[in-house]
Amino acid sequence: MAAPVKAKADGATGAVQNLTIGKAINLALRTAMEANDKVIVLGEDVGKLGGVFRITDGLQKDFGEQRVLDTPLAESGIIGTAVGLAVRGFRPVCEIQFEGFIFPGFDQIVSQVAKLHYRTQGGVKVPIVIRVPFGGGIGAVEHHSESPESLFAHVAGLKVVSCSNAVDAYWMTRQAIESDDPVLLFEPKRLYHSGNLRAEVDTTAKPAPLHASRVVRSGDAATLVAYGPSVKVCLDAATAAQEEGTSLEVIDLRTLSPLDLDPVFESVRRTGRLIAVSEAPSESSLTSEIAMRVQQECFYSLEAPVLRVTGFDTPYPPAKLEEDYLPDLDRVLHTVDRSLAW
Amino acid sequence: MSSPEQWTHPEPGAGPAATAAEPTPEQVIAGLRATTEGGAELTQLLTPEGERVASAQFDPYVSDIDDEALRNLYRDMVLVRRADRESNAMQRQGQLGIWVPLLGQEAAQIGSGRALRPSDMAFPSYREHGVAWTRGVDFRELIGIFRCSDHGGWDFKHHGFHPYTIVIGNQVLNATGYAMGQKFEGKVGDDNGEATIVYFGDGATSQGDVHEGFVWSAVYDAPVVFFCQNNQWAISEPTERQSRLPLYQRARGYGFPGIRVDGNDVLACLAVTRWALDECRHGNGPVLIEAFTYRMDAHTTTDDPTRYRLSDELEEWKLKDPIERVRAHLARGGGADQEFFDKIDAEADSFAAELRDFVFNMPDPPPERIFSNVYAEPSPVLEAQRREYLSYLEGFAGSEH
Ligand SMILES: Cc1ncc(C[n+]2csc(CCOP(=O)(O)OP(=O)(O)O)c2C)c(N)n1
Repeated sequence: MAAPVKAKADGATGAVQNLTIGKAINLALRTAMEANDKVIVLGEDVGKLGGVFRITDGLQKDFGEQRVLDTPLAESGIIGTAVGLAVRGFRPVCEIQFEGFIFPGFDQIVSQVAKLHYRTQGGVKVPIVIRVPFGGGIGAVEHHSESPESLFAHVAGLKVVSCSNAVDAYWMTRQAIESDDPVLLFEPKRLYHSGNLRAEVDTTAKPAPLHASRVVRSGDAATLVAYGPSVKVCLDAATAAQEEGTSLEVIDLRTLSPLDLDPVFESVRRTGRLIAVSEAPSESSLTSEIAMRVQQECFYSLEAPVLRVTGFDTPYPPAKLEEDYLPDLDRVLHTVDRSLAW
Repeated sequence: MSSPEQWTHPEPGAGPAATAAEPTPEQVIAGLRATTEGGAELTQLLTPEGERVASAQFDPYVSDIDDEALRNLYRDMVLVRRADRESNAMQRQGQLGIWVPLLGQEAAQIGSGRALRPSDMAFPSYREHGVAWTRGVDFRELIGIFRCSDHGGWDFKHHGFHPYTIVIGNQVLNATGYAMGQKFEGKVGDDNGEATIVYFGDGATSQGDVHEGFVWSAVYDAPVVFFCQNNQWAISEPTERQSRLPLYQRARGYGFPGIRVDGNDVLACLAVTRWALDECRHGNGPVLIEAFTYRMDAHTTTDDPTRYRLSDELEEWKLKDPIERVRAHLARGGGADQEFFDKIDAEADSFAAELRDFVFNMPDPPPERIFSNVYAEPSPVLEAQRREYLSYLEGFAGSEH
């Protein structure tokens, strides 16, 4: 394992670093902790072990046990105490080990994290970040591959974002920590250490706004919209389609709540076709919301109904079947064909 | 060494630095670990050297354990360990997605599992392969979980062994509810009463579900034995990251007995669990058992304990190996000869070979499996998804997909 990346505000290691998504989040946490001693990291195994994905690697060594807390094993405890710490003026960054284990903390998220600002008529700010590794494709046992983000997007008072590349991973983490609102950051766990997604992260550049979606590839035959791990699937599908002469536009949603659909509307008005891609089950989900809003805003531009490629409405299956369950390039292209054939 | 009792009732002049309200961190750790040397609070019937220790309270619970019965317990532990090691190796060879080792916890699991009767119910966490064995669940029935080809498909009613639970602590409430059902149906009150046992780790004791299970079981007198395998670690976090108090002492705060047993002593685990189940059968439950043991391997095959654990600690615990002490006891007292040990080793070899063969030839589940058994009643949405997906797959028939 490489030594933790040390960034200095003065740019001692250079403002531009070539990082994986995992290392980019680590650097963002480190930078935020250096800049503000009220930023603390808490979660299970985040200290000595550096988290089960090593995202917090080296932080406890450098910032001590009071800034990087190996907490007792209780998610309600992690999130509930973060609320109190936030009320006291801290900026807690909670790590949930796997998305499937966020539910013991769901009550605190829904009842307190999301509502405290509203209930106190703005009297209490809740600058909490909850980092959630999510999604499948790692061949894991139950509860380690799910995509529960729609459940949180549905809760008023929470901001929910998801990164798909190292630059966003860095900046979304920093912006989430700086935000005075609670932010859930859904991190595509299977891409954490992907060498292919290494990118030049310029820590001095002006970042994209946290709550804005973005066109990541332009095209005119149909629009693909996705977030998190599915963005890469869509980009790969667009590359494959291009070889056959079909040009696909790909939009990375980035922000799941609030949803920024303006770039999607604009794109669909040009392409006339939308395919929403997500690993989550489809019923009553983010992709449902996207489809509804697009038909409302782009009704006269649509050449085909909005289609989806998603996980099925089943619990996540045994991992030997995840290739069937997860949207892959073939299923995306198949759905593009269906849309084009309309 | 200061015991936790002294934090609230300090002995005059006892030890440095601690005040009644605030023990030093060293004292907290010492209190939690005081029994690693076999302190007064630890129930033990077989020492690490294999010497039998008499216990007025617990000997009656193992009076039927003659040499033959002890040889059977030895056999259980050896076979389970061999299957565990084989599975660990198969994970390394890419045959399993992950493995959760039980190395070092054989006595806690075999001793407690063998205390159960068929009419009892066990709720495991995810490391209870040894308990599964005692419930007649074959390794072949649970290895699919770790090959990631199923979520565990044994007949849980037939075996009296609930599905594995991965979400920490969830099963403690489920077990409590099950035990409440046993009580409500009038199945407790005499020697023939039923009981439930639930397994969880030291880390789990921090979860709300576990505390709620303690509260509910106490309030409803549920016949449930809480069996905490304190293997000293919750992934990288030591027990002192979960508690200031030895875990078994927590029971008192909920109003039921707690007891700490040497989790590497199969005889003591058997005796103490029989006693606790007996309490439950007669309507005197719940009971908390803390089996004081050690996870001698990684948390799982994805874990790297060298990042957090001292190797001295492991070496120290190797001297308390649960299998070796039974072997020493049997050999010393003439309860078994070399021929017996060789026979068991040979049996373990072929058991492991069969398991390996089984895993290597295990078929992948068909895609239909994704859609089956989501609901007990048919769901039209799902039926449509199933049809659509299977016909999509048919489109690839004959191609390489
Ligand atoms: C609710 C929940 N949070 C986190 C996890 C991830 N996790 C799996 S095992 C584990 C440690 C459990 O330690 P302990 O309860 O002591 O049991 P052991 O594995 O040591 O037997 C953690 C944090 C989980 N499975 N469930």
